[in-house]
Amino acid sequence: MKKTQLIAFVSGVIFALGLGLSGMTNPNKVIGFLDLFGAWDPSLLFVMGGAIAIHLPATAWARRHGMFLPAVPCAGRTEEPVGGVASAIDRPLVAGAAIFGIGWGLSGYCPGPAVVGAASGTLPTLLFFAAMLVGIALRSIQFNRKQRRNQAFIDTATDGL
Amino acid sequence: MPTLSQFLGPLSGGLLIGLAASLLLLFVRQTAGISGVLEGFMHELRAGRFGWRASFLGGLVTGGVLLALFMPGAVVASPRSLPLLLIGGLLVGFGTRLGGGCTSGHGVCGISRLSLPSTVATITFIASGVATVAVLRFLGVA
Repeated sequence: MKKTQLIAFVSGVIFALGLGLSGMTNPNKVIGFLDLFGAWDPSLLFVMGGAIAIHLPATAWARRHGMFLPAVPCAGRTEEPVGGVASAIDRPLVAGAAIFGIGWGLSGYCPGPAVVGAASGTLPTLLFFAAMLVGIALRSIQFNRKQRRNQAFIDTATDGL
Repeated sequence: MPTLSQFLGPLSGGLLIGLAASLLLLFVRQTAGISGVLEGFMHELRAGRFGWRASFLGGLVTGGVLLALFMPGAVVASPRSLPLLLIGGLLVGFGTRLGGGCTSGHGVCGISRLSLPSTVATITFIASGVATVAVLRFLGVA
């Protein structure tokens, strides 16, 4: 096993334990956090706060040492710098986040807790996880179609040049 | 309002998540955005070539099994009905990839990079989640 593979594995284990300890793998708690107009439970704000308290200085250190990599074109958005972080505030970003929020409020799951919950084997979580993979695949297919259409348009436009 | 001790779990869990994301950034030079990892892994699955994403997901699954064994109260099934879970799953999968990230990618990694788009995305999905729960509460589902 390569060293990076081992570190990625260890990172995954720590990430999952963090999600479990924080309450993020309890959808009742997540729904309570989103229930601003009901019995609001703000404690999950501390999950994001704690994570950023560690990751922000680590990110700053990495940036100072020139550690950022060029774009990873594998995910849906080819323009993102290092897989996962968008470079512009555009319609897909805002619409995507709004759609994600609806799904999050309906279910109480975001992707990380869905993976961890599915691993622990409860059937509803497994079914949510399967539906989520279908959603990811649908976006991937739609994105590829759009890319092909754009490429066909460029090919036609530059034909004979 | 919850008491101080009720914030300790979320805070310590958050610190662990930050540690995990930092390990991945500094030693693997990748972003711990779960939705992006899942999409990338699905592409790898089709190509039959596996890299750090498979290891990271293997770690998440191992962590999930450890939690189920040693902290059984931590991993709970959703109170929502099956139709809501299935629709929710589709929307979470599609929306996170359309928007280029989820709670981890935008909310933790993006904000830690002081990325304005990630901050806007995070505010948007929390606001949208709050609105959805409010509508469900109004309809008597919650």
